[in-house]
Amino acid sequence: MPKDSGIGAASKRREDVRFLTGKGKYTDDINLAGQAYVHFLRSDVAHAKIVSVDTSAAAAMPGVVRIFTGDDFSGVGGLPCGWQVTDRNGQPMQEPPHPVLAQGKVRHVGDPIAAVVAESAAQARTAAEAIEVTLDELPPQIDMAAALKDGAPKVHDELTSNLCYDWVFGSDDAAIDAAFSGAAHVTTLDLVNQRLAPNAMEPRVAVGDYNDAAGDSTLYTTSQNPHVIRLLMGAFVLGIPEHKLRVVAPDVGGGFGSKIFHYAEEAFCTFAAKELKRPVKWTASRSEAFMTDAQGRDHVTKIELALDADGKFLGVRTHTMANMGAYLSTFAPSVPTYLHGTLMAGNYTTPAIQVNVKAVFTNTVAVDAYRGAGRPEATYQLERVIDKAAREMGMDPVEIRRKNFITSFPYATPVAVEYDTGNYVATMDKLLEMIDREGFEARRAEAASRGKLRGLGINCYIEACGIAPSALVGQLGARAGLYESATVRVNATGGLVVMTGSHSHGQGHETSFAQVVADMIGIDENMVEIVHGDTANTPMGMGTYGSRSLAVGGSAMVRATEKIIAKAKKIAAHLLEAADTDIELKDGQFTVAGTDRSVAWGDVTLAAYVPHNYPITEIEPGLEETAFYDPNNFTYPAGAYACEVEVDPDTGKVEIKGFAAADDFGNIVNPMIVDGQVHGGIAQGIGQALLEDCRYDETGQILTGSYMDYAMPRADDLPFYQVDHSCQTPCTHNPLGVKGCGEAGAIGSPPAVVNAVVDALQRGGMSHVTHIDMPLTPSRVWAAMQG
Amino acid sequence: MYSFEFARPGSIDEAVKALKAEEAQALGGGQTLIPTLKQRLAAPSVLVSLSGIAEMQGVCVSDDNALCVGGATPHAVVAKEAAKSFPALAGMASRIGDPAVRNRGTVGGSLANNDPSACYPAAALGTGATIKTNAREIAADDYFQGMFATALDEGEIITEVRFPIPEKANYQKFVQPASRFALVGVFVAKYASGVRVAVTGASEDGVFRWTEAEEALSKDFSAKAVEGLKVSADGMISDLHGPAAYRAHLVGVLTGRAVNAAA
Ligand SMILES: Cc1cc2nc3c(=O)[nH]c(=O)nc-3n(C[C@H](O)[C@H](O)[C@H](O)COP(=O)(O)OP(=O)(O)OC[C@H]3O[C@@H](n4cnc5c(N)ncnc54)[C@H](O)[C@@H]3O)c2cc1C
Repeated sequence: MPKDSGIGAASKRREDVRFLTGKGKYTDDINLAGQAYVHFLRSDVAHAKIVSVDTSAAAAMPGVVRIFTGDDFSGVGGLPCGWQVTDRNGQPMQEPPHPVLAQGKVRHVGDPIAAVVAESAAQARTAAEAIEVTLDELPPQIDMAAALKDGAPKVHDELTSNLCYDWVFGSDDAAIDAAFSGAAHVTTLDLVNQRLAPNAMEPRVAVGDYNDAAGDSTLYTTSQNPHVIRLLMGAFVLGIPEHKLRVVAPDVGGGFGSKIFHYAEEAFCTFAAKELKRPVKWTASRSEAFMTDAQGRDHVTKIELALDADGKFLGVRTHTMANMGAYLSTFAPSVPTYLHGTLMAGNYTTPAIQVNVKAVFTNTVAVDAYRGAGRPEATYQLERVIDKAAREMGMDPVEIRRKNFITSFPYATPVAVEYDTGNYVATMDKLLEMIDREGFEARRAEAASRGKLRGLGINCYIEACGIAPSALVGQLGARAGLYESATVRVNATGGLVVMTGSHSHGQGHETSFAQVVADMIGIDENMVEIVHGDTANTPMGMGTYGSRSLAVGGSAMVRATEKIIAKAKKIAAHLLEAADTDIELKDGQFTVAGTDRSVAWGDVTLAAYVPHNYPITEIEPGLEETAFYDPNNFTYPAGAYACEVEVDPDTGKVEIKGFAAADDFGNIVNPMIVDGQVHGGIAQGIGQALLEDCRYDETGQILTGSYMDYAMPRADDLPFYQVDHSCQTPCTHNPLGVKGCGEAGAIGSPPAVVNAVVDALQRGGMSHVTHIDMPLTPSRVWAAMQG
Repeated sequence: MYSFEFARPGSIDEAVKALKAEEAQALGGGQTLIPTLKQRLAAPSVLVSLSGIAEMQGVCVSDDNALCVGGATPHAVVAKEAAKSFPALAGMASRIGDPAVRNRGTVGGSLANNDPSACYPAAALGTGATIKTNAREIAADDYFQGMFATALDEGEIITEVRFPIPEKANYQKFVQPASRFALVGVFVAKYASGVRVAVTGASEDGVFRWTEAEEALSKDFSAKAVEGLKVSADGMISDLHGPAAYRAHLVGVLTGRAVNAAA
């Protein structure tokens, strides 16, 4: 039975009222008295030595307050990288400096050379045009393979090469060689997981402020994790201790990973505000977003799958080149390694797995986590090679997967993670129930009568979410802990405010978190308010990414609420003259077990703040508790996806006719929000599969620097989805039994689409088509069909 | 955007006068020009808006059976008003951009801009339209002079476009997935005097007539008649959305489809 409130209820998203009525407050809505504006003069070439920057004419332009160049930041730190990967020889990755404004060289189109602060944004921009920059162009490194060649010009002169690290992970050589030499069949696939531009609806904005009386700095920014920005910027870049630095991320219009990272513009605005003693604001244009927001994916991979004669997987071996771009963005090194290599077992019992990743510097925008981050790359290659193997061996794509499913848990993979629970048979069964596979042949024949080629693609996925056990990620190179926090403040009249380090930028936290806390106490959801996004009034948290907010942040809330309930019971026991161990809390009522004597939640909360009749010698007044929660494992959402397509053989155009997702997210707090998360994820996955492609030319110019050329998915590119999350194996190690659902759609859907298109062409007689690289644009599909 | 003066004349004469100012530029619906200004790629001293000129608005059918569209008429108006009299043209207009673009963008602006991927140039060339300006009448065959190049003189205003109404016509647009302009668009129109086929989106020289197809279709107006015909990929646009060979292929496919769909 669906509930109408609390955990499990499809409560409407309370935050949507303000978003839909234009009452949200975004960073760009913040305008401070005396504010100045900054415009960044950005490099229009990909790689060059900066010979000179002459700002004299520009400085004299109307409205100019001050012009900054790289020299102004010589005494300041660079943007830090939050993860250090150790390479196959035990050496740390190569880690180049990343100055706030370019020093000595520019390394990608968009690299900031100078920053003009002026009375208006237009004046700043006009003055920037008067800055005379002399650049000595250097050969740009765009292609990863070329950048790795001996003697290739270096993106960073201070490094030994363009190789950031060469990382090997999983089974040892002996085990992997044995798996392949004993194989009856080996399937090999070369593929590209193309670069994507994240395209949050709200471009990035930063407003720096400085109170010179108090010596306090404040940064308002479009961030998914204000505390992380406070720590990174304060400690590593500007040298401001946390108690003198406040970071506020108000309403944020989407992030998808791109707003996790600490960006130069944030440090600039904070720094300049202090220098100039007035607020400094920057609002990115969409063009700037294309050349400065950390981009996603960009892996070139060769994957090999070894099978026995029955189709049992014996080994998986992969070689990937992962593009880092010109600088190491905050979490960039972790994405192709611990967020990718650890997932190469997928849902299968493959005993030997070895993953090799070479991370490469190029003269392109930095690449970092983007919805799914590493896990889509892992899923895509694995599920594509399995499909190819099934075809080569004449096996059914579902049967070959079933044959290899992990069925007993916990399961320790050869790639370092231990799946606590799951049921891949159940999600596959559910999927097949949803898609009428038996009817496919009739649908295909009907499509053929209209001249269309119909295909069906099916795949599984698994991801590691609920990021992450701090001790474990510390061993793996993280320079941060990955716990989450919550403070639950109960007010005298019974309402609650929950202050969390998680950040909501579209996920609906304000609704679902309130459901959790209200449910635990048995009160109306509307008595709970969720506060997030301001380091001044929330406990230190690590923010929102990696589908962690409910699993980790929600768990912190549960722990804090448990403390609240324990204390409230003591107060209730006092009021009821009973032992606190005899007090039961149900539906907001404290009852002495086995009696009808009770006090209401509100009586207890009032007593906590008006402690006239109160156990004052035993407990303090007030009702406010904080908890930090550090998970002891990742969570492992998993599922099975299917896509049905029709291909127009005359034009190569792919039309998605149906899409089904059977996900296991463990327990569900708000099924409507989960549906929405899956829908959005699938839209992004289909976007990657069919449309999106962030491309550079050989000189490093961004070819897809606007929506004229970068194809975002639109409503009419997408089908109506069937989504189901009734298969639930609750997470075994967090108190809510939840796994996270934010990235699944984007992880599971690209292989489904590509598998379906290849299936359509194969059924259409084009047996030479075994793979097409994403995006499957009409011209690429048509070209593949021509052979 | 740099600052500029703004004029909104009420007549063609006033507009012509206003455009005599140095660095003056006409403003139609602003769907191309305003983004260009925002990117600071142009710096006109004065923008002369044509939207207040009543004589440049509206759609009617002339005595010689041409659809006459005022030069400042938005696409949405054409989509609505020409739906009965010239459904192929109305259909073309109804698939330009999105509602905001169609409510602002104008036929004059589209033809003056002559974007190699725009739809209106195919309709104008495909119907042998007459482009009327404040100074003269220009036949479509003489008007288009390559990508973004036209026969217009500086300060010359398109006041009206006359599209001869065909017996049958259709426009097939295969969209570029990002911009949704035409990756390739083919306008086919059948007249008593013969068939015209105009192709947009494909050629590095902008919109062009596919004369071989015209000849074949003039003899036999059926998709079969063009089945074996191929345009050469030489001189076709190659970009990240499709190589020249693909565009050349699409020209053939879309021409056949336009013939089948012609109404
Ligand atoms: C998102 C988007 C999608 C679009 N999709 C399509 C599409 O699918 N197909 C398509 O064909 N087009 C498309 N367009 C273009 C649009 O339809 C307009 O036709 C085009 O932008 C120009 O018309 P305008 O009236 O806006 O002209 P403006 O932008 O105002 O002007 C363009 C140029 O023409 C000049 N000009 C304007 N009017 C006249 C006139 N009467 N006489 C002489 N010169 C004049 C101006 O000085 C300027 O140089 C799209 C535009 C956008 C923004």
